[in-house]
Amino acid sequence: MVAHKDMKGFTHMKRMIATAGGMLGSMMLSTAAWAQEAAAAVAETATDAAATAAAVVTEGPIKGSDPAFADAMAGMVDKGDTTWIIVSSVLVLMMSIPALALFYGGLVRTKNMLSVLMQVFMIVSIAALVWVSWGYSLAFTSGNEYVGGLSKAFLQGVDATTLAATFSNNVYIPEYAFIMFQMTFACITPALIVGAFAERVKFTPLMIFTVLWLTLAYFPIAHMVWYWAGPDFLVDAPTDYGKLWGMGALDFAGGTVVHINAGIAGLVGCLIVGKRVGFGKEATPPHSLTMTMIGASLLWVGWFGFNAGSNLEANGLAALAGINTFVATAAAAVAWCIIEQIHHGKPSLLGAVTGAVAGLVAITPASGFAAPMTSILLGFVAAAVCYLFVAVVKNKLKYDDTLDVFGVHCIGGIVGAIGTGIVADPALGGQGFFDYTVFPAVPGTYDMAAQVITQIKAVAITLVWSGAVSALLFYGLKLTIGLRPTEESEREGLDLSDHGERAYNY
Amino acid sequence: MKYIIAIIKPFKLDEVREALASLGVAGMTVSEVKGFGRQKGQTEIYRGAEYSTNMVPKVKIEVAASDGLTPQIVETIQAAARTESIGDGKIFVLDLGAATRIRTGEAGDTAL
Repeated sequence: MVAHKDMKGFTHMKRMIATAGGMLGSMMLSTAAWAQEAAAAVAETATDAAATAAAVVTEGPIKGSDPAFADAMAGMVDKGDTTWIIVSSVLVLMMSIPALALFYGGLVRTKNMLSVLMQVFMIVSIAALVWVSWGYSLAFTSGNEYVGGLSKAFLQGVDATTLAATFSNNVYIPEYAFIMFQMTFACITPALIVGAFAERVKFTPLMIFTVLWLTLAYFPIAHMVWYWAGPDFLVDAPTDYGKLWGMGALDFAGGTVVHINAGIAGLVGCLIVGKRVGFGKEATPPHSLTMTMIGASLLWVGWFGFNAGSNLEANGLAALAGINTFVATAAAAVAWCIIEQIHHGKPSLLGAVTGAVAGLVAITPASGFAAPMTSILLGFVAAAVCYLFVAVVKNKLKYDDTLDVFGVHCIGGIVGAIGTGIVADPALGGQGFFDYTVFPAVPGTYDMAAQVITQIKAVAITLVWSGAVSALLFYGLKLTIGLRPTEESEREGLDLSDHGERAYNY
Repeated sequence: MKYIIAIIKPFKLDEVREALASLGVAGMTVSEVKGFGRQKGQTEIYRGAEYSTNMVPKVKIEVAASDGLTPQIVETIQAAARTESIGDGKIFVLDLGAATRIRTGEAGDTAL
C-alpha cells in the first residue's frame, strides 16, 4: 500500500499541528488542539501520540512501502472523513443536476427549457467520463507547474487501497473518494458556462467544446491551483506543486478553478457566439421563476458539499466552511434585495436568488479561511459588485450574457478570490496559512498586502489562460462546424430544433 | 338573437356569472385573454432588464341570447363588472344569424 501524494491543496491547516509526533494516535486528538493554543498542549498531544504508536515510528511522516508501516498507514484513513467526502460528492453532483439545470432552465423562455436541461445533463455525463479517462491524471499527478502527467490516465494504478492526502500530516482519504469528489467539480464547471449563451447554441459543438475546454483550461488550472505534493511529502519534494499553489494563492473550494474559470469562458463565449435573435427588441422574461428558486435553493444545499467537503476531512474546519457558506449566502441575498428596493422600489425573487448565488460564489475560495462575521461582509460586498455588473454594466455594454455567468460567477469569483486574501488574515479571525515545508507543518506568517497581491495575480493568470483557451476553441468551432443554429431554428426554439422534444406538453 | 361579448376584469368573473345566472342565462363561454385599451400594462424587471408588458390580462365572456333578454344582460354585466376605474372593460353586441344545439338539432331561440 502506497500513500499516493495526490491532493487538492491549500497552504493552510491549523489543527494538524497536534500531530507533532507524526503519530497514528495523534489523529484522534488532533481536532482538539489548535495552533493558537499553548505549545504545551501540542507537546502533550505529541507525547500521547508517541505512546500510542511508538512501536511503529518515532518521528516524521508515516510513508513508504515498508511493510512495517502497514498498520500505521491503515489507521491514517478515518471512516468519518471518508463518509463526508462521499456524501459531499453526491451533494456537489446535485448542484449540477438538477440544481443548476433548473436554476438556468427557469430563466430561459419555454421553447428553450429542455435544451438547457439537456446541455447541463450531458455536460455532466461527458465531463465525468473525461475526468476518469485523463482529467484526474492531468490535474492531480506530478508533471510540470502547469499540468500534470498521464501516469494515472484511465485511473491506472488506482484501486480501493490507494490513498489521497488531505491537509493534515498523516491523514488520508481513499483515492477513489477524492477522485469522485473532484469529478463533481469537473462536471459542474463547464455546465456553468452554458448560461452565457443559452437559447442560441447548437448542442453538438457545445459537447465538443466541453471535452476540449476541460482538457485545455480546467485540468491545467486545477493543477496549477490545487496540485501539491501533500503535507507529508512536500518536505521531500519542495517544488512539486502547481504554479498558483507555489505562489501561495489561496483558493479553498474553487473560486479561481471553478467560477472565474467558467465565468470568463462564458463571457468570451457569449461575445463569439453573438447576441440572440431579437436581443434588446423582444422581451425574454424567465419562463418559470419557480424552477429558478428550486434550483438556487438546491445549489445552496449542495454548496455545503462543495465548500465544507473541500476541507477533505470532517472536522472543525469543515464546520467553519459550512457556517461561512450559510451566512455569506444569506447576507448576499439580503443585500441584493435591499439594493433593489432602493434602486427599483421592489425586492424581487430573482434578485434574492441571484444575490444568494453571488454570495455562494464569493465565499467559495474563502470558505475555510474566513470567520463567520467576515463572511457576512464578503457576502454584502459580492452582492453589491455583482448587482452593478448584472443590472447596470451589462445593460450599458449590451453584451448578451443570457444568464449572467460573467456578472455572477466571474465577478463574484474575483471578489471572493481577492477578498480571501483579506479575510484569511488571522488578525481578522481568519485561518491564515500553513507552512508545509517542514514536518509537521507550522502556521506561516501572514502578510495581508502580499497575500492580496498574490490573489490578484492568481485571478489574472486564470482570466488570461481560460479566456485565451476559450477564445481559441469558440472561434475554431465557429469557423468549422458552426456554433449557432439557423435563425429559423432559434426562433422555433432549441427544444424542437436540437432535440425534437418540448419541455412541456400541456 | 344576439351574441354578447364582454371583456372584463378577471376577478369580476364570479360576480358577473352569478348575476347572469339569476337572470336565467343558461350558458356562457369564458376565455382568459390579453389586450390593451386605455389601461397601460405594467413594467417587469428581471435583473435590471425592464420589460413593459403592454398587454393586460382580462377575461372574455361570450353569451348568446334572445333579442328580448339582451338589454337586460348587457345592463347586468355592466353593473356587475364595474369598479369605476380604468380597465373595467367593454361589452359588444353582435347580431347572431343562427344557432343549433348539436345534441338535438334544435335551432333558433330554443337552441340557446
